[in-house]
Amino acid sequence: MLTCLCDAFFGEVGIATVKVLEHAGCHVIFDTDQTCCGQPPFNSGDWSAARLSAGHLMRTVLSHNDPVVTPSASCAAMVRECYPILYTDMAHPKIFELAEFLVHQMNVSTWPITVQKHLPKTKVAYHSSCHGRGIGLKGEQRQLIESLPWIELVSFEQGEQCCGFGGAFSATYGSISAGIGMEKLRNIIESGADEIVGGDMGCLMQLNGLIKRNNLKVKTRHFAEVLAEAIGE
Amino acid sequence: MNRQSVEQFSRSVPAETVKSVRTASALKVESRKSALKEAFEDVDAARSQAAHIKSYTLDNLGSLLVQLELKCRLNGIVVHWAKDATSANKIILEICRAAASPGEIIVKAKSMATEEIHLNRHLIKSGYEVVETDLGEYVVQIDNDTPSHIVTPIIHKNRKQVAKSFEREGLGPYTEVPSELAMQARHHLREKFHNAKIGISGVNFAIAETGRIVLVENEGNSRLSTTAPDVHIAVMGIEKILPSEGDLPLFLRLLTGSATGQRITTYVHLISGPRRRDEQDGPKEVHLVILDNGRSKVLNGPYRDILRCIRCGACLNVCPVYRQASGHAYKHVYSGPLGAVLGPALEGVEKLPDLAKASTLCGACEEACPVKIPIPKMLLQLRDEAVRKGLLKDSIPWSTFSIGSTSGFRWRMGLKMLPMASLVKHPAKAGWEEFKDLPKKEGRDFRRWWHGRS
Repeated sequence: MLTCLCDAFFGEVGIATVKVLEHAGCHVIFDTDQTCCGQPPFNSGDWSAARLSAGHLMRTVLSHNDPVVTPSASCAAMVRECYPILYTDMAHPKIFELAEFLVHQMNVSTWPITVQKHLPKTKVAYHSSCHGRGIGLKGEQRQLIESLPWIELVSFEQGEQCCGFGGAFSATYGSISAGIGMEKLRNIIESGADEIVGGDMGCLMQLNGLIKRNNLKVKTRHFAEVLAEAIGE
Repeated sequence: MNRQSVEQFSRSVPAETVKSVRTASALKVESRKSALKEAFEDVDAARSQAAHIKSYTLDNLGSLLVQLELKCRLNGIVVHWAKDATSANKIILEICRAAASPGEIIVKAKSMATEEIHLNRHLIKSGYEVVETDLGEYVVQIDNDTPSHIVTPIIHKNRKQVAKSFEREGLGPYTEVPSELAMQARHHLREKFHNAKIGISGVNFAIAETGRIVLVENEGNSRLSTTAPDVHIAVMGIEKILPSEGDLPLFLRLLTGSATGQRITTYVHLISGPRRRDEQDGPKEVHLVILDNGRSKVLNGPYRDILRCIRCGACLNVCPVYRQASGHAYKHVYSGPLGAVLGPALEGVEKLPDLAKASTLCGACEEACPVKIPIPKMLLQLRDEAVRKGLLKDSIPWSTFSIGSTSGFRWRMGLKMLPMASLVKHPAKAGWEEFKDLPKKEGRDFRRWWHGRS
């Protein structure tokens, strides 16, 4: 499942996800009729609208008999944890966040590097998204990027705090959202990181919007792109 | 109390206040984690056990309350039932009138239940001199302010502000040294304790099995408030009950660890009733006012789990929105994630429809909660309720979005039209753009790439 944000803005993350899954030995199917999981209307309290989107996802992506993988803990959390709130008698659908799938279903513990060219040392601040903790991720994303020798993870203050995105919250509560995000960025920049790596484009889009507006010297990247780079993609 | 949205309010909060709140709450998050780790071999298991005991308590609330009343009476504690704020204030005023004349002093230990019913206002109107004796609550009182945090009422102030208030009130010469400020307050309050006829406190736990009232504190003011005057009135919400005294070791450690990062507070009181015939000290009367004020309605509704709350304030301290907006933004005596659920649950979503929206749903509150209350889930349910009742209007037309998402064709058409969105004016877009650059399409398009390789 591609996710709305990758569909609309961040195609490279979707491409990297496919490459990474194929490198791990998967055959990837993309249902071109997929749309949105329904999280934006669900979080806004419009549950009847959310059921429209969720219904479509169940008829398309979730109707296949194969495991569903998505490069977003947030979308995975919506489907796995929140569909049973929208439909009270529903079992938790089988959907996996990308790193969760690689580590637990494909038994990848260190990322098999194939890239030939020398990659420069990079100081990375890893941002664990709140929804990742929400679906019970225990550092799988971190484990995979940490296995790359050119990546040096740096720790920073209040590492687990939210980035302030929160979906529509980031627009309707603009000042609070930016305040939270800037606190996060200040902590990250103090750690001396060159790059912020995360697993949810919502968080990274939020941080990147603030980075650009404030001319900060730090980049953002999805971990799937970091893994794809390690296999020469 | 302010009626602005949390976002509007946060824009008016001085940077100095945000800094005070942020610094104090960040410290508390760290001390909570280390205190709980020290106190329990398995913190998560302790939280699950506490959640279980609290759920059991709510499932058996009626019979536990009857047991509590019976045991309290056997201990000589007079029990009063108050269905709402008006009746609670009336009951308390009657007890006060029987024990003291207007003009006399009533000392108060910290209590959110009495904040909830606005008790001070009623007692002062009836002529009593009401003195808050918790240091933070005392500052709130002299500044004519309201507490912004359930555990640390003046987390929104710094010591310079307190120093100015004390100087203004004539407590002593201006000083910014915390210990000197504390001594000034101590000197001032000691006189009040000495002359008070009545002491009013809250309740941290009431034990059904033994009829004892449990209070935790660090300043000693609760001890003086509940023992020096002849009459002690304790006020509790119906949910503050614990089945048995054996539950206390777990709950005391969870409460003090989560609230202030302490293994145990300086004082823990187990109040078993008024002074006995052979005793020389202690109050001659102890009253327990058990307050419903909307709680039994919450008990039978979708927000029942919020009644598990033991008022530790951990959810406030970890909440990124609370840290930016501060407690007064929540328009209710209970602030932060707890208040965003308990406020509308008690008063009706009609009165506070937008509070539940002031959250990123990051889940830090639930992870910190010592009784594992699913706060984010309840915030979502509150949003749903508010939208269904037509109380929340979103600037984004979600039904149009969702109808678009029910067909692959319509969705792909929508994606093609997305670049034109940069020409459209919309409040949500403006809200984003005020502080952040809009995202731009970066690199290759996934669908085009996928189509090209197959």
